Amino acid sequence: MKTKKKRFMTNLITYGVLILLFIVLTIMINNKSISRTLKGQLIPICSWIVMAVSLNLVVGISGELSLGHAGFMGIGAFTGIITSGWLLNGFSMEDPTLRLVLAIIAGGLTAGIAGVLIGIPVLRLRGDYLAIVTLAFGEIIKNVMNCVYVSAEGTTLHWGFLNGNLPGTLLLNGPMGAVKVKTIATFTAGFILVMFSLVVVLNLINSRSGRAIMAARDNRIAAEATGINITKYKMMAFVTAAVLAGMAGALYGLSMATLLPTKFSFNESINVLVFVVLGGIGNIPGSIISATALTILPEKLRFLQNYRMLAYAVLLILVMLLSNNPMVKMLWRKLIPGRKREQSGEEMRA
Amino acid sequence: MSETKQKQQTPMVPYPSKSFVPERDLGSMPVLECSHLGIEFGGLKAVDDFSVIMGKTEIGGLIGPNGAGKTTVFNLLTKVYQPTHGTMMLEGRDMGSMTTVDVNKAGIARTFQNIRLFSNMTVEENVRIGLHNQIRCGMFSGILRLPRYWKAEKQQHEKTLELLNIFDMAGMADERAGSLPYGAQRRLEIVRALATNPKLLLLDEPAAGMNPHETEELMENITKIRDQFQIAILLIEHDMSLVMGICEDICVLNFGKIIAKGTPEEIQNNPVVIEAYLGKQKEAKA
Repeated sequence: MKTKKKRFMTNLITYGVLILLFIVLTIMINNKSISRTLKGQLIPICSWIVMAVSLNLVVGISGELSLGHAGFMGIGAFTGIITSGWLLNGFSMEDPTLRLVLAIIAGGLTAGIAGVLIGIPVLRLRGDYLAIVTLAFGEIIKNVMNCVYVSAEGTTLHWGFLNGNLPGTLLLNGPMGAVKVKTIATFTAGFILVMFSLVVVLNLINSRSGRAIMAARDNRIAAEATGINITKYKMMAFVTAAVLAGMAGALYGLSMATLLPTKFSFNESINVLVFVVLGGIGNIPGSIISATALTILPEKLRFLQNYRMLAYAVLLILVMLLSNNPMVKMLWRKLIPGRKREQSGEEMRA
Repeated sequence: MSETKQKQQTPMVPYPSKSFVPERDLGSMPVLECSHLGIEFGGLKAVDDFSVIMGKTEIGGLIGPNGAGKTTVFNLLTKVYQPTHGTMMLEGRDMGSMTTVDVNKAGIARTFQNIRLFSNMTVEENVRIGLHNQIRCGMFSGILRLPRYWKAEKQQHEKTLELLNIFDMAGMADERAGSLPYGAQRRLEIVRALATNPKLLLLDEPAAGMNPHETEELMENITKIRDQFQIAILLIEHDMSLVMGICEDICVLNFGKIIAKGTPEEIQNNPVVIEAYLGKQKEAKA
């Protein structure tokens, strides 16, 4: 029971630290003792954390390199915006909280459906081929969203492909994206979503299905010979991650006044992958930390002006080098007892 | 289990090769029937005309020089490769359209020549993966931690310890599978295979890398497993003391073809077998 207990403790600490941070930040917001830039970043940070945690489910736990995760986020974002706008226009639902919740659920559902549709062909492939095809699907999603126009006229939704002449108020304006979005996302909602995704992912990992997912990752042939339907469990991980990404997208979309479809490009997918790799493949708390740090960092580097992204890249390389340095690792092991499990994770990657 | 649905009405045809089952298994349906099983890779016949019958509680041996096609037979039986010729029946069910997963669900479990454990998981988790289709609990009850989840986890834990106890490994339940000594890893693979509740257990070189003492223990355990679970066991092994010690029926393979079948005594004195192993020499004796 030793390993199990340790895992339980790690999860407990993760939840505890997050709750503590939330309380501190809420107090700081109420005291107005928090900088404006950081306050504006809180909701995006929440959605990037959810993105990193969900991508870690695919890359770390299921072991498939997916390069189109931002596509699912985009689907969720625009579905969320449409749902919110439609509910406001058609049903004059004024309550922003209820609208937000429904928008997030709708975003998750559509992204999940897209995940199933994309997963069926993609999960037949392995390794590099899977990565390439997910990349392609991510780009397809982005480019399709670039051409879609949606408007709400009362309770009916109109939509057009490459055709913006629609009656009613335009919610989605093709390549112009969503404009004049009512920003109804709140930090509390973001925090709840982060906790929700953590519960889903961590509970999934420590269950029968999660073990099957990891078995399929560790040794495909042995897993099949032990009676595990690999496609089913790869699909489970992929679709769960897509649903969470869609929810993160809805939250993100409803925190921005304008949102372009090109936002959800290959770059963002890679960005999320960087969060996952830097935080440790398969390491969920690590993903949370790196997503937070790497969302704040570029803003903090603004004083470097044009050299901002250059410094960001150099910093990333330095972190990678340092965290792989045996001396630094030894120091970590001395500071934090019980890092054996992560060591084994490294062996797996080698 | 399925003694009730005996297929006695089927017309009998003469078998091309003589096959034996232990006398105690006469009343029940043979667990495995292969007839003319074969696979061709391009023009190469890796296994050709492989016909074998395994009784319900028989311990069978599959031996032969390196490259004879023994592991290929296992890969055919578990559908890792699709046979190009012949048929296989598992307790009277045709296995033609089954996948590897179906074969395991239908009742064939195996171990691997080069150990294939889930080495980053603990010993217990490895066995629990074997129990995957035995003790079920869906994704949602897992995520929501419904009572069903706790019940399944408890059942799995108890069953795991029970299975690990066969090899006195319950104390290692929490170790990382990859960090176990070689012999223990082999035993863990057998436990994991047993956890899938098989009717036929395929062991690919179970004694490889074990010392004589460990091999002897393994022999006892294999017989114990057979008696306790009432299953058939087919094993590939190079250690002749193990094969001759516990196998009731031995099948010798060379260049993909069965060259001899029979009891250990018959095989030991069969000139064709001696020739396959040692070459043509008059004094050669195993």
